[in-house]
Amino acid sequence: MSIAFYPLAVLTLAGGLGAVLLKNTVHCALALSVAFAGLALLFLTLDAQFAGFAQILVYVGAVAILVVFAILLTKGSETPESGIFSHTWFVGLIIAAGVFAVLGWAVLQSVNALPNESAVPAITVHDIGNALVGRYVLPLEIVALLLTAATIGAVIVALHEKEGAK
Amino acid sequence: MLGEGIIKGLMETARNFAGSYVSKERLTTVQYPEERVAPAENARVFPFLVYDGPEWLSGLRCVACQICEKECPPKCIYIDKSADKKPDAVGKPQNYPTRFDIDISVCMSCQICVEVCPFEAIKMDTKFELATDDRFGGLLLDREQLAKSNEYFHQIHPTEATEIDDRMAAERAAAEAKAKAAAEAAAAKAAAAKAAPPAGTPAAPAAAAPKDAAPKDTAPKDGGKD
Amino acid sequence: MFVASPISVASAMSAANLDQIFVILKNWLVAFLPPFWQPIAGVILCVVAIVGLYPALFAIAVLMERKGLGRMQNRYGPNRVGPFGLFQPVADGIKALIKEDVVPFNADHVVHFLAPLVLVVVVFMSLAVLPMGRNMVLVDMDSGLLFFFAMGASVELSIFMAGWSSRNKYSLLGAMRAIAQMVSYELVLLLSSVVVVMISGSLSLVKIVDAQATYSGIFPHWYVFTPWGLASFVIFVIASTAETNRSPFDLPEGESEIVAGYFTEYSGFKFALFFLGEYVEMFSVAGLGTTLFLGGWSAPLSFLGVIPSWLWFFLKVELWICFFIWLRGTLPRLRQDQLMTFAWKFVLPFTLLNLFVTALWRFMGEGWARWVVCSVILAAAYVVFGRLGLARRHVGPRSYRYAE
Repeated sequence: MSIAFYPLAVLTLAGGLGAVLLKNTVHCALALSVAFAGLALLFLTLDAQFAGFAQILVYVGAVAILVVFAILLTKGSETPESGIFSHTWFVGLIIAAGVFAVLGWAVLQSVNALPNESAVPAITVHDIGNALVGRYVLPLEIVALLLTAATIGAVIVALHEKEGAK
Repeated sequence: MLGEGIIKGLMETARNFAGSYVSKERLTTVQYPEERVAPAENARVFPFLVYDGPEWLSGLRCVACQICEKECPPKCIYIDKSADKKPDAVGKPQNYPTRFDIDISVCMSCQICVEVCPFEAIKMDTKFELATDDRFGGLLLDREQLAKSNEYFHQIHPTEATEIDDRMAAERAAAEAKAKAAAEAAAAKAAAAKAAPPAGTPAAPAAAAPKDAAPKDTAPKDGGKD
Repeated sequence: MFVASPISVASAMSAANLDQIFVILKNWLVAFLPPFWQPIAGVILCVVAIVGLYPALFAIAVLMERKGLGRMQNRYGPNRVGPFGLFQPVADGIKALIKEDVVPFNADHVVHFLAPLVLVVVVFMSLAVLPMGRNMVLVDMDSGLLFFFAMGASVELSIFMAGWSSRNKYSLLGAMRAIAQMVSYELVLLLSSVVVVMISGSLSLVKIVDAQATYSGIFPHWYVFTPWGLASFVIFVIASTAETNRSPFDLPEGESEIVAGYFTEYSGFKFALFFLGEYVEMFSVAGLGTTLFLGGWSAPLSFLGVIPSWLWFFLKVELWICFFIWLRGTLPRLRQDQLMTFAWKFVLPFTLLNLFVTALWRFMGEGWARWVVCSVILAAAYVVFGRLGLARRHVGPRSYRYAE
């Protein structure tokens, strides 16, 4: 645990809490981007350069923009009259506790499995590339197929919209 | 081919850029106010009053006929006619304007006042640096500010001024010739009256002929063809 | 240790030392401190140098733009403030500082304040990975190119923040258009840079420049001198013009179209910060283009290596800026649908084809055959795509959805 972990953890948690607790939906989206950036910095402190920069590029650069567009193009940017806190909070609490338990168990199991040293071997982009087209080529192709399907779907939906207009 | 237009455009701009350092044609800007471009001959900004001779008060061509005041579309000319008459440049007694104000914040430079003036008295000036910080009277030009000499008129609109001068000189010469002929006719008549019975008819048609010719010269006395 | 007496300095002024003068200077300055503080002090010194240099370059670029555009438009640029108008940026800076900072009453003050800051911070961070000379890169990262693009992607967030927080329909519209344009052309930018990564085999900008800094005879191995490199370079120029919202892609901030787009509600120093951020983004994108295609700090002919490497880098970046200014003075603005169509229907397919051609180049091995094949494929594709794009579309009678 380097000295940079604590401030970054606080930043990420603050971003996450802000994303849930803030009144204005667009503020929530921006707080979420702060949480993403915090995660990216955490990756960087662990020497996972590729993961960190990819996190910024994909999440902050694209997913945050997507979230913001979604908020703006729907009515989400106005503050709801019925308040921002959910009425079914008890069920939400139970589900969150369940997810937390599963994640906590996974993390604690993996801590026991790792050797007791702080230095991690540097993974270069070269290694990632080799792994992607070597060992993990099937997931790569499936993801590519998924992306293609999503793109075609988006085009079809937009096309229908144009047909509907006429 | 795609991109051809862009390349041509880029070449043209590059030619402009490089040419602006070497040729005047590619850099038409002047460093105003240190250098000024001379206005074109028929440039017009706001009107002024022409006076002949050395003194403006006595040489003003304007006879306060008030035609320009009536014809001005935004009604920016204010004229007060005089009660008495003064002799003009030709010697004929004419009225004169005791007040001739033009509000140049209203004037729209349409030149109608110039076109309708029968006496070539009001013409268009080319001075445009008339900004003033006196917001109440600074843009109301009075008679003295508007009066500018015929020499100044020659400077700014040489062709027009020369043409007007020639025409007026010709009219004046014709008027003088007419006056002289009338005087001669009167003198001849007087001489004929003295030697009346023996002289008879030959003197009368000879005196009548120049008398008929003179009015045709002085009749078309309208101004503002220019 | 480098002793700075005048005689030794003069004698050490060989070409190699001139090339490394900033590195030598930094090492000398840092040597005054105890060893514990030296790395941090070195980094701080470099950061200060960059943060001081680029706004100065920005001032020069703004002046060059105004005077250059003026000359292209048959007029002088500003020439009253100082000799030949050289102090105009000073006058502009003073004006920006003393202007009243007007924030609309309904605006979201926090986000409105943060937007220009985010832009400037992100843009300056992207300068950290550019190798500005031999051994003159602030941070030599293994995935430097990815870092650069990550920072470029964060610019869109700042634009959105600016547009939305102003609570102004023109700002929001301008911000949406700007983001749409930047996202589309970001994709093109990334794909055209990927070919360089494919050939050089590394994401580190330092290694990319090192791969291009070799010479065969007197000619350099810059990637722009290869068919796929030339195509990528042209695509990169187009995409970078769109990324930085420059003409002809400056619809989001075109004054005659949408007031000032997402800048509308910004005045005084915040506007100056946006302006600074835009120009420094221009510099950083030009720097990236130089690094990827024009050989970074290497000289164009091998015997010109006597001129210092940092001078070559900045000369190339200035050439890019001059080209951007030239383009601005020449071309009219593209409409939003025109520029989106251009991106998705012409540039992107061409970029994907270029990717394929680069792979072909790589696997065909050395020799003249690959030059011919790649050039022919790219030229044919350009002509075909051009013909297809220039063909007049049949435009039927317009149907309006809401204006019935």
